[in-house]
Amino acid sequence: MITLTINGDEKRVQTNISLTELLENMQISPQKVAVERNREIVPRSTYNNVMIEDGDQLEIVHFIGGGLHVCL
Amino acid sequence: MSDTWNIAGNEFSSRLIVGTGKYKDFKQTAAAVEASGAEIVTVAVRRVNVSNPNEPMLVDYVDPKKITYLPNTAGCFTADDAVRTLRLAREAGGWDLVKLEVLGNQKTLYPDMPATFEAAEALIKEGFKVMVYTSDDPIAAKRLEDMGCVAIMPLGAPIGSGLGIQNPVQIRLIIEEANVPVLVDAGVGTASDAAVAMELGCDGVLMNTAIAEAKDPIAMAKAMKLAVESGRLAYQAGRMPKRLYADPSSPLAGLI
Repeated sequence: MITLTINGDEKRVQTNISLTELLENMQISPQKVAVERNREIVPRSTYNNVMIEDGDQLEIVHFIGGGLHVCL
Repeated sequence: MSDTWNIAGNEFSSRLIVGTGKYKDFKQTAAAVEASGAEIVTVAVRRVNVSNPNEPMLVDYVDPKKITYLPNTAGCFTADDAVRTLRLAREAGGWDLVKLEVLGNQKTLYPDMPATFEAAEALIKEGFKVMVYTSDDPIAAKRLEDMGCVAIMPLGAPIGSGLGIQNPVQIRLIIEEANVPVLVDAGVGTASDAAVAMELGCDGVLMNTAIAEAKDPIAMAKAMKLAVESGRLAYQAGRMPKRLYADPSSPLAGLI
């Protein structure tokens, strides 16, 4: 097992897992999100080849309703 | 007669851009967008709720193939956060047109202009087409245009205040200097405010709270659509001069 930080929370996952598999396990549709790994954007076309490593910091985001205000 | 306008090579008919925040639910958001006639909506980028990834998403209600999503950095207080957010937005959506907003004060939500310049420069260098939220300073606005921003968006009053256009002189000065579209971004409270902005010669108006916080958001969305069209038409028609004294509309000759 390895330990990651996903959206600020620690998560333990199996070793040798690709980003595609990680998203699938989390039931997140890759088409609707964008992923930042250790502050670098991960192009969607490379999700299959990106292997998750111990200590990775991931941000997984999507679009929500938002206008001119601060929404927290 | 068609009266379209352009941002960075994209042509639009509607001069109203609406935000998609603060609504009761996505169904109401979609209905308000439809009633407003807007062709561009602003959206925010936020972390996916990892514990419930299947909760409804905006894209299921407002189709990004029909309506242009304009990712914005609402809520960002540093240039670095704004740039990271828009890089993610570009990857999520696949488009370069973005709205940059770097805030400097929690209470007023006034833009932090030095941070805005810094972020705009970084984003333009990376190929983004930046529509930028700015203070109403004509010098700052011109500098943003010179840097390569594709639209200048001064506030008419603080974000979410609904105070109406408090600075018609500054807005007009910015318009007169600008060679890219100028949109009032923030401050509109009701339909007449939107008309005032358009009568000043703005290319468009961006709003969220005025529609979302109306008692009937769908009706207000329609009112805003009409106000923007009406203000635009009045600007093009050219208003009469103001006079201090009366000037009778009926001829005085032939009075008994």
